[in-house]
Amino acid sequence: GCPRQQTGKIHFILLFSRQGKLRLQKWYTTLPEKEKKKITREIVQIILARNQKTSSFVDWKDLKLVYKRYASLYFCCAIEDQDNELLTLEVVHRYVELLDRYFGNVCELDIIFNFEKAYFILDEFIMGGEVQETSKKSAVKAMEDSDMLQETVEEYMNKPAF
Amino acid sequence: MALKMVKGSIDRMFDKNLQDLVRGIRNHKEDEAKYISQCIDEIKQELKQDNIAVKANAVCKLTYLQMLGYDISWAAFNIIEVMSASKFTFKRIGYLAASQCFHEGTDVIMLTTNQIRKDLSSPNQYDTGVALTGLSCFVTPDLARDLANDIMTLMSHTKPYIRKKAVLIMYKVFLKYPESLRPAFPRLKEKLEDPDPGVQSAAVNVICELARRNPKNYLSLAPLFFKLMTSSTNNWVLIKIIKLFGALTPLEPRLGKKLIEPLTNLIHSTSAMSLLYECVNTVIAVLISLSSGMPNHSASIQLCVQKLRILIEDSDQNLKYLGLLAMSKILKTHPKSVQSHKDLILQCLDDKDESIRLRALDLLYGMVSKKNLMEIVKKLMIHVDKAEGTTYRDELLTKIIDICSQSNYQYITNFEWYISILVELTRLEGTRHGHLIAAQMLDVAIRVKAIRKFAVSQMAMLLDNAHLIASNTQRNGICEVLYAAAWICGEFSEHLEEANQTLEAMLRPKVTTLPGHIQAVYVQNMVKLYASILQQKEQSGEKEAAQEITQLMIERLPQFVQSADLEVQERASCILQLIKYIQKLQIKEVPVAEEVIALFAGELNPVAPKAQKKVPVPEGLDLDAWINEPPSDSESEDEKPKTIFHDEEQRHSRHKQPEIDEEELARRREARKQEQANNPFYIKSSPSPQKRYQDTPGVEHIPVVQIDLSVPLKVPGMPMSDQYVKLEEERRHKQKLEKDKKKKKQKKEKRGKHHRHNSLHTESEEDIAPAHHVDIITEEMPENALPSDEDDKDSNDPYKALDIDLDKPLADSEKLPVQRHRNAEDLKSPDSEAPLAEKKSKKPKKKEKKHKEKERDKGKKKEKEKKVVEEEEEKKGEDLDFWLSTAPPPASTSQLQSEPEVSAAVVAEPEGVKKEEREEQEEEEDEAKKSSKHKKKKHKKEKEEKSKDKKKSKKKHHHSEEETTESVQNGTLDDEPLPPMSSYHLLAENPYIKMTYDIQGNLQNDSQVTVSVIFENKSTSFLKSMELNVLDSLNTKMIRPEGSSVHDGIPVPFQLPPGISNEAQFVFTLQSIVMAQKLKGTLSFIVKNDEGSTHEKLDFKLHFSCASYLITTPCYSDAFAKLLESGDLHMSSIKVDGISISFQHLLAKICFHHHFSVVERVDSCASMYSRSIQGHHVCLLVKKGENSVSVDGKCSDSTLLSNLLDEMKETLSKC
Repeated sequence: GCPRQQTGKIHFILLFSRQGKLRLQKWYTTLPEKEKKKITREIVQIILARNQKTSSFVDWKDLKLVYKRYASLYFCCAIEDQDNELLTLEVVHRYVELLDRYFGNVCELDIIFNFEKAYFILDEFIMGGEVQETSKKSAVKAMEDSDMLQETVEEYMNKPAF
Repeated sequence: MALKMVKGSIDRMFDKNLQDLVRGIRNHKEDEAKYISQCIDEIKQELKQDNIAVKANAVCKLTYLQMLGYDISWAAFNIIEVMSASKFTFKRIGYLAASQCFHEGTDVIMLTTNQIRKDLSSPNQYDTGVALTGLSCFVTPDLARDLANDIMTLMSHTKPYIRKKAVLIMYKVFLKYPESLRPAFPRLKEKLEDPDPGVQSAAVNVICELARRNPKNYLSLAPLFFKLMTSSTNNWVLIKIIKLFGALTPLEPRLGKKLIEPLTNLIHSTSAMSLLYECVNTVIAVLISLSSGMPNHSASIQLCVQKLRILIEDSDQNLKYLGLLAMSKILKTHPKSVQSHKDLILQCLDDKDESIRLRALDLLYGMVSKKNLMEIVKKLMIHVDKAEGTTYRDELLTKIIDICSQSNYQYITNFEWYISILVELTRLEGTRHGHLIAAQMLDVAIRVKAIRKFAVSQMAMLLDNAHLIASNTQRNGICEVLYAAAWICGEFSEHLEEANQTLEAMLRPKVTTLPGHIQAVYVQNMVKLYASILQQKEQSGEKEAAQEITQLMIERLPQFVQSADLEVQERASCILQLIKYIQKLQIKEVPVAEEVIALFAGELNPVAPKAQKKVPVPEGLDLDAWINEPPSDSESEDEKPKTIFHDEEQRHSRHKQPEIDEEELARRREARKQEQANNPFYIKSSPSPQKRYQDTPGVEHIPVVQIDLSVPLKVPGMPMSDQYVKLEEERRHKQKLEKDKKKKKQKKEKRGKHHRHNSLHTESEEDIAPAHHVDIITEEMPENALPSDEDDKDSNDPYKALDIDLDKPLADSEKLPVQRHRNAEDLKSPDSEAPLAEKKSKKPKKKEKKHKEKERDKGKKKEKEKKVVEEEEEKKGEDLDFWLSTAPPPASTSQLQSEPEVSAAVVAEPEGVKKEEREEQEEEEDEAKKSSKHKKKKHKKEKEEKSKDKKKSKKKHHHSEEETTESVQNGTLDDEPLPPMSSYHLLAENPYIKMTYDIQGNLQNDSQVTVSVIFENKSTSFLKSMELNVLDSLNTKMIRPEGSSVHDGIPVPFQLPPGISNEAQFVFTLQSIVMAQKLKGTLSFIVKNDEGSTHEKLDFKLHFSCASYLITTPCYSDAFAKLLESGDLHMSSIKVDGISISFQHLLAKICFHHHFSVVERVDSCASMYSRSIQGHHVCLLVKKGENSVSVDGKCSDSTLLSNLLDEMKETLSKC
């Protein structure tokens, strides 16, 4: 017969540090909390154990992990067998570019202290595991526009309430 | 009041914000858990306050803690509170928290419906956006149902930002609430041509996802996607579409043909690696699914291989890895194209990256040939030495053995070399594959007779150095090779030069530390050795030496008698007694050697799996006749069989006990069977099969080259096997010179490429003759079976007829065919073909016109594109010609299902249908106009829309209904997607293999049908020596080649590597076709993996339905009318209730599964026609009522008709 084609979406995205600390997790498939923790632990271990010179792809269960390290952070996506690994690397790279534009020379601490912003940017870029905005400009613009609407919690806190 | 506010702000000043929390956690590394639980307590306090800002802050912190692994589900209600905040700042945080921790089990989620609806319709697009994003994470079936309509409306929102998100989330909604697909799909499809590229790409994404789940429902969108593909410049979109086409091609081979060109253009032109890689993968997939369809694709394959080579040569590890991965896909079907890049693959074995090395190893397996085997293995041996870590080294080891032993040692030209390789492998420490090496040693020594002398000398060496190997006694460790060594030295002891020394080695005390099963073999084989030494000494008159050796045995055997292992102990004590007895005789100077050696006389040879079948039935024995009638239940009938039994007894065995009861007989029969089964000599009726084998002319022509054994077996510093590589090069050179002289003679021999299961007697593609007599002993066969056996061995596939059918396309294209050219010539029913093609090509033009009009309406398409469409449609016509002449039945029907109107017209073109269709198209066009208008009046109310929906014509309704009924299945993800070629039914399945089959009538032969069986290897093992057999009935018989009996199976002309499927065809003859038939059958095959080989069987029942005797034959309405008027036909009817599918779909089903074609269709009534292979006309009148369908049939044979209708009833009742 012919190969069974599967859906091409990203199953989840994990960001973690070289020390194995989780910095961001986005799940596009519904899983129980417990399962998510188990998977995260396992994947962080697998990837941290890999030599730096190896390829960015790991076969993991029936999925493929595509990861890349930027400075001290690992970005890892889980995709399906039929999916394009190189395209996924481009997705990761695009996300890093978006973060970079937003934060200006993004570093791990930006993501730690503004973790909700990192999520918002991701949400503007990927939705339900699908890339929703292929243009960098539009994604950043959407992000900035919605920021205009929002005075950050911090600003609010700093404002005198009386 | 003022005080309260002040208090609130003071409180807040003490609150931690997110940054404080993060900082705090980082500062409390020692007591993080304690610190966090303190924070959570604070957060709980904050959540109790009325101030929404405080709550939002608390929820934000909780979201952070959730990421760290803390449970925050207790705060679900607070999260909803924050989601409902009017300020975007807080709402955003609330939705983020919800999307991170809500799931279907969150019970408060149902409270969110109204809030979400409010946000979706907010005038602020970011409110809507954030709600959509959140929803995409936690949408439940209830939410999907309640909000589907709101989201669908948003797909036409003024802002592309919202449209884009709404389109994307629709996919999630479809999954959770499949009923929404039908109403939403038209609008979704519209979005494929949205002016905003973001929205367009979102729609492509969603439809591609839907289509890949269940491609056949989306075949009709192929032209649209094709247009998008040729016009889009967005690589993200292109990749999606190309992937989609990869899924559609298996359903519609013509698509594949069409795709090759644009894809190869992209491969040539693109600089984006991801796109290049996608194109290459799809081209490979397309070419695989096209199989026999396109003969001239070698250029495309070449292009892919070239591009992959560039990837592999790249310094980027990722490209290298993917290049190898894709290369292995090509290897399966086009081994030759890949083989020429052997150098590159070998280089990859040096890569630092283990995953790349493993990929390269996989590739090597498929790349070896006689020419390069030694070189490749030499390379691998070097890697074995260098390898760090046992896992990779073991992987290498098994790969080496796999590579060498594949297809019955097909690629080995020098077995001395191979034995040396095996011996070198025993030096690996810590391997867990000792057993594997041992099995290979045994197999080669037993089956390659010429190698025994050499093998024995090597094994003796191993036994002598057993202390090196025996240090590791773990199970399946390397010590297992001693098992093989001991057995080979014992069994073939006549070849031993220094038998004494070997016997000595086997009797060393250290042997007792070996695992029991190995010691047992030692004990048994030392007697064989002893016997041959004894004989030798006696013959040369060295009485003392003979007694000495006996004495040695008597001295050393007791150490085994004391063994804790029962087997060892038993054997040793038994043998010790025997030898003591021999000693007694020796003292009396009685010669004993002859008698001792007689203990081990005769040769043990492997028995062929089908040997039993080949045992000739003795004359006068009818195996089908009852020896005793089976016991009957009723007493009254008891007498009858008894008298029969009695008669026979009287004649044949009066002197025996005539009244043996049946139980006793059964018992004896069982005992006899047991005895036969346990007796290895039972089928051995020929005295010396090997000898005969060597006498056969087939072997004679193999040049026998004397091996120069004067070469020292070991050279310091150089592994032994390397010498063979050198020697082999020289030998081949010499051989080549000789060959050139004899060229004319050689030319006659056609090269039997690809014939994997037989190697020895076919010339290899490199024309390399084996170094020495490679007489791999095939398994034993009884004497009388020999003649046909010879065929068996010599021509790989003795069944000439099948050979041509199956192998020809393979040799041309070198690929695993999935869909075979079946009955290609049969469809030349001359008067029908040409007009058909014409009609088909006319039809698309109409469609094209429609396209054009649409485009004009929108006023944004360029002339150029129209041309593309035109060309495309023209091509489609050509494709159809091509297609019709090759494999119409399954394809044309899949066409039917996806584009029902078109195919109805294809089959016949009655005016009525045509008209109706035109009307329908006009309607559709109106529809299109309406919807584009609708787009302009962007804020139309939903109500209006609904009423418009109602207005839609019936036809249109049918159409979209079909799309949904199928797609509903898509929705539940657990469902298996329908197999793309649904004309194939499951035949049988076990963990190793799955067989699906399809039966096609043969128009040219009124008593034959062709059964195409797809064999799919589901296991991780190699499947070989597959043989299919059926029990013929009186009416239905499998066609076997001349000279074989009805009990013979037919070998499947290929082997199956793991995960591979391939198709074979078997032809059956039938006498009567008026009734369905069932034949029982069995597939036998050998499963080969690391553990060794096992013989497996799979039983099946082959069902020949009456429909399988029908051949889709078009019929004009006038001819049809005449046929009905003739009055020669019998009539019968059925009616089926509870039909829910559309009439269109129903007709498609009848066409597809029962091989009918539509003659004419008016409203919900259609006439259909088909013809059997024996020329029976079958006419149907199908009428659809509200919930039922009735089928009136007329046919020249009443039995056939009623059976056909019964089958149809079954199909329809499933609708």
